[in-house]
Amino acid sequence: MIYSLCLLLILVGLYGVVVSRHTLKIVVSLLIMNHGVHLLLLLVGYRQGGSPPIVDPGSVISEFASGAVDPLPQAMVLTAIVIGLGVLALMVALCVRLYERYGTFDVTEIRRLRG
Amino acid sequence: MNIDVQTLIPMFVALPLGMSLLIQLVARRRHVLGELLAIIAMLLLTLMSCYAIGHKGIYHLGGWPTPIGIDMRLDDLAILLLLVINVVGLAVTLYSVDYMRRFTASSHFYGLFLLMVTGMNGVVLAGDLFNLYVFLEVAAIASYSLVAFGCAHEELEASFKYIVLGSLSSALILTGVALVYGITGTLNLAHIASRIAQTGMDAPLLLAFGLFICGFSFKSALVPFHAWLPDAHPSAPAPVSAMLSGVLIKAIGIYVLARLAFNVFGVTDSELSLLRWLGLLSMVVGGFLAAGQKDIKRLFAYSSISQVGFMVLGLGLGSPLGIVGALYHLVNHSMFKSLLFLNAGAVEYATGTRDLNKLGGLNQKLPITGATSLIGSMSIAGVPPFSGFWSKLIIVLACIEGGFYGFGVAAVLVSIVTLAYQLKVQRMAFFASLPEALKGLRREPPMMALAMILLAVGCIALSFAVITGLRDPWLIGAAQQVLTMGVFK
Repeated sequence: MIYSLCLLLILVGLYGVVVSRHTLKIVVSLLIMNHGVHLLLLLVGYRQGGSPPIVDPGSVISEFASGAVDPLPQAMVLTAIVIGLGVLALMVALCVRLYERYGTFDVTEIRRLRG
Repeated sequence: MNIDVQTLIPMFVALPLGMSLLIQLVARRRHVLGELLAIIAMLLLTLMSCYAIGHKGIYHLGGWPTPIGIDMRLDDLAILLLLVINVVGLAVTLYSVDYMRRFTASSHFYGLFLLMVTGMNGVVLAGDLFNLYVFLEVAAIASYSLVAFGCAHEELEASFKYIVLGSLSSALILTGVALVYGITGTLNLAHIASRIAQTGMDAPLLLAFGLFICGFSFKSALVPFHAWLPDAHPSAPAPVSAMLSGVLIKAIGIYVLARLAFNVFGVTDSELSLLRWLGLLSMVVGGFLAAGQKDIKRLFAYSSISQVGFMVLGLGLGSPLGIVGALYHLVNHSMFKSLLFLNAGAVEYATGTRDLNKLGGLNQKLPITGATSLIGSMSIAGVPPFSGFWSKLIIVLACIEGGFYGFGVAAVLVSIVTLAYQLKVQRMAFFASLPEALKGLRREPPMMALAMILLAVGCIALSFAVITGLRDPWLIGAAQQVLTMGVFK
């Protein structure tokens, strides 16, 4: 059920990228799509009612491992979010520079390259 | 001197990464220092790749054993790609010394350039899927900003297109990574391969594989996914175009596609036929679109799409001969396409235009550019005995051997189209008569000439790789065995 929510987020983002004409709206749509993917990655390691993956000094490892959620996807999501932030910063910077050059945020008016 | 290759593996990533940061720190005002450091880094990387020939090994990052830690794998295929990346990278860095003087912030250029090399070396050496994704993004982000480096109208527009499509494809790839981890419970390529070999491909894995094919087809600009390339590659400064078209689309596109298809997921007939059709489509569409171009760099960019089609067609044949052809063409293409983009850059540097209609007779004024571009053109067009002829011959022979006569005929026809548009470039830019406006040209600067000569010699040297045997050219035969051995054991 909750997996379909990820799919929905990804599709909403994709729809936004395809139909938006405003450069910043395209950027926001990409962000939504990326977060859909991040949510999927998190869900892969999630377990209903699981405990946080932090070991207490007194606990038995095998017992702990059977109850905790998988920490690896969480680490991966962190990395993916950081990468996403880098791309986002670059994209917004490009939008600003494009506005300086073309005086518009409309992608249909930013069309010098042809062929 | 005896260096353990095991300790060399992480240096392929650490050296360019460290050097790129160092350049930012020390070379902001002293441009010569930045150039020197970049050349030293690329020279060392080239020597290291040469030293690694014939070795193989797995490096465990931080000393952690395989299921817990991160692996870096060095095998023959990785070495082939490392050689391509670093040799072309060296030539391009030499070329940039003169070319990038026009731009104000050359230390940023060398920093980003080495970051891109870091990413590509990392992708080639990555032993697990998520690491591969991270290095892919490092290379991709560096290339987005390099495309926009000049900050003119066209460059920004091309870079925006590239970054939107690039992020889309990265999202697809990350979704694939998430699915594979969810199903197999591991990210290590060898472990994924052995799980899949045990359980076979089920529907979610097929979906993941489909996402990977789409994502990496974007990165390597196969035809339904090619829209960004003809804008991004010509708009970038010439050394960057050479690196993007010559190396990037292969290191983070074709290489990963081949690795995942052959070594991790294991190919089936339907997947191979998908690759064949993708290859055919790129080959034909790219070839015909290239023939109609007037902008010299745009023509070469479309030609890249077409040549990438040859490689994917060769891979899609699935036979050892086909894969040899594909890998041989990959190496050849990285040499001659970077050479041609550097030539185009030299023409633009001297004349200020890329429009074929305004050029002519440049052989009189730019003899080195003219001569090297003739070598590059003849190689890419497949004129014997240049290197491109042998790789295309092997691909066509492999088509016939596999019984795919239609694909073979198409490959021959597209080669003829390639010859036609390369002759068009030669005739309109380098032969013909010199227009009045271009009478006062000066010769190309020495470092640019050196880089072009280096790559031209590489083109000619590669045609000798077949001497050791048509089925088993030097170095490429070994790389082919990595793919045909099937999934990782």
